[in-house]
Amino acid sequence: MKILIRGGRVVDPASGRDGVGDVFVADGVIAAAAATPDRVIEAGGLVVAPGLVDLAARLREPGLEYRATLESEMEAAVAGGVTSLACPPDTDPPLDEPGLVDMLRRRAGALARARLYPVGALTVKLAGERLTEMTELAAAGCVAFSQANAPLTDTQVLWRALQYAATFGFRVWLRAEDPWLAKGGVAHDGEVATRLGLAGIPAFAETSALATLLELVRATGTRLHVCRLSTAAAVGMIRAAKAEGLPVTCDVGIHHVHLSDMDLGYFDAQCRLQPPLRTQRDRDALAAALADGTVDCAVSDHTPVDEDHKQLPFDEAEPGATGLELLLPLALKWGRERKLGLAAALARVTSEPARVLGVATGRIAPGAPADLVLFDPEAPLRVTPQALKSQGKNSPFLGYELAGRVRATLVAGQVVYEA
Amino acid sequence: MPRNPQLNAHGELQHLLSIEGLPREVLLQILDTAHSFAGVTERDIKKVPLLRGKSVFNLFFEASTRTRTTFEIAAKRLSADVINLNVAVSSQSKGESLLDTVANLSAMQADLFVVRHGSSGAPYLIARHVKPHEHVINAGDGRHAHPTQGLLDLYTIRHYKKDFARLTVAIVGDVLHSRVARSLVHGLTTLGVPEVRVIGPQTLIPAGVGALGVHVFHDMRAGLKGCDVVVMLRVQNERMDGALLPSAQEFFRNYGLTAEKLALAAPDAIVMHPGPMNRGVEIDSSVADGPHSVILPQVTFGIAVRMAVMSIVAGN
Repeated sequence: MKILIRGGRVVDPASGRDGVGDVFVADGVIAAAAATPDRVIEAGGLVVAPGLVDLAARLREPGLEYRATLESEMEAAVAGGVTSLACPPDTDPPLDEPGLVDMLRRRAGALARARLYPVGALTVKLAGERLTEMTELAAAGCVAFSQANAPLTDTQVLWRALQYAATFGFRVWLRAEDPWLAKGGVAHDGEVATRLGLAGIPAFAETSALATLLELVRATGTRLHVCRLSTAAAVGMIRAAKAEGLPVTCDVGIHHVHLSDMDLGYFDAQCRLQPPLRTQRDRDALAAALADGTVDCAVSDHTPVDEDHKQLPFDEAEPGATGLELLLPLALKWGRERKLGLAAALARVTSEPARVLGVATGRIAPGAPADLVLFDPEAPLRVTPQALKSQGKNSPFLGYELAGRVRATLVAGQVVYEA
Repeated sequence: MPRNPQLNAHGELQHLLSIEGLPREVLLQILDTAHSFAGVTERDIKKVPLLRGKSVFNLFFEASTRTRTTFEIAAKRLSADVINLNVAVSSQSKGESLLDTVANLSAMQADLFVVRHGSSGAPYLIARHVKPHEHVINAGDGRHAHPTQGLLDLYTIRHYKKDFARLTVAIVGDVLHSRVARSLVHGLTTLGVPEVRVIGPQTLIPAGVGALGVHVFHDMRAGLKGCDVVVMLRVQNERMDGALLPSAQEFFRNYGLTAEKLALAAPDAIVMHPGPMNRGVEIDSSVADGPHSVILPQVTFGIAVRMAVMSIVAGN
């Protein structure tokens, strides 16, 4: 199948290319020269960019199919222009056995939508006690190892897990949150939580855990990816760690560069997220750090939650927000607010996460996999439950009008979504 | 931020969820109305027909005797029909969701829900889902608010002190977990009290509380100096012997109100407590039963205040 994508504004963050031109696809990869195409896609007025790479999307399989299924969430991914996604291991059971990982990859492969990169559990059942069979899991397709949101309270186990992963050169993706300091908390420990009477998670729950992680990286040399930064202070620590030359990368949830604890309003459970939304100062620091590269990439942290688990008092509601279909418009909104060029904004959801993942996608270059998104950056998108293909309709942005609509998505040279 | 969910399109009280955000005029209207009801409670026939034919559902997801009883008395004096539901031991334990419980009661033609719940914000969730003619009164939600208690505290202060604009008020004890403290602070600042203090150990003072317009004291003696009103908070037994407090005895030593400490306050200071009291933990019996104490009048005023709130809310 040869496809000619004609006359679009081609934006390739990896090379900095930004200009009107044609993109030719043959045999699943970007091709240099045009032979006779089987199909021509007119892309006038559209942006042609690498498909989005999302490092955190919960698909809820196996085990949590009443919240979402692989079918629904893969459909949501390509509708959102996401062509590669990494799924955290917090399924039921967790991704701690090669058989589960293998089954998940097969199921995803059969759907032929986005590419799926499972992240394996770092410890058995995510219980933080015994290491998983990391080499077996890697052989089954795990690209990294993580605890997702599960705590790893025993720092002896944490140390050994990082050592073991470093032995084989595996990447470890962890959130920085001291489970004891965060215990019982549901919102940022500050004025808003005090006013609303919500139990707080202090900012230093993040920084103290991050300090421990960075010390362990110094000791073990493990390649660490810190997931979902939420505080300005942690951004400063990452900046210093990178300056020191530590092998550290990090990401931020896209909601956290737009929202703060003020958005909790009158107990809006849609704003119950993990980590919690913090102050406007933290939000601004995250948005700036994502622009200057201290924070490598933005992720959707896609977490479908059914209505029954959101229509509850704030502290009983399940944390998380849907995000696969909002990652692109929210990244574009962030880029506009920071006055970044389109290539610089898209880098944070394409080429940079691809670099963290260590894959060849996320760029438009001859020979690269033809994972592409065609979108209209100005077209309005009203966020309603009906507009979302994901089974998760839970979003703090419900009712908002965002800009940026996906018109077509290609994975490995195949059109997998068209609107 | 969305419109204050307890006010209707005309700025009138549709629900009472929190004192925060209520205009001064609304607070004064409630206090004045309560004053007019105070006479009713002293008559031989203690009833007015304002809520005749209305159904008041006392919906308590958390155990309570006193608050529930005073709401029941208030509703009956307004001639309403009162249904008490101790949900803590019925439908919730069978797994029914909060909104399903409310929908079922709504189908039984409720007019007014009086709700107590262990989770902050639960009455907001209910208020968002009730029918337009139904009203919700928050009778205490988590650590967030206990607005009728706050209002009866304001009523008590006005009764004894008249002018809010000259007062120094201290709130002492477990501010972190106290919905009573939060509601009273909002009420006092709205009514123009120039100096509101909170006194307690760092473990029981919430982060950023200064943003509510209060001054924080950790030394009780310094904090009580010159106070016209001293509000003692209940310290829950489960807060003792843990990471927040070492023991009841040690709490009493530092933050218990004794006659000796009370002598540092203004000579005509009043002492308040939302009840139930822990004698010898946060307050000494000689103070609780002494001449400065207005703790029992608070309970009496509470009925008139709850009558006022119910009649105003149901009338809007």
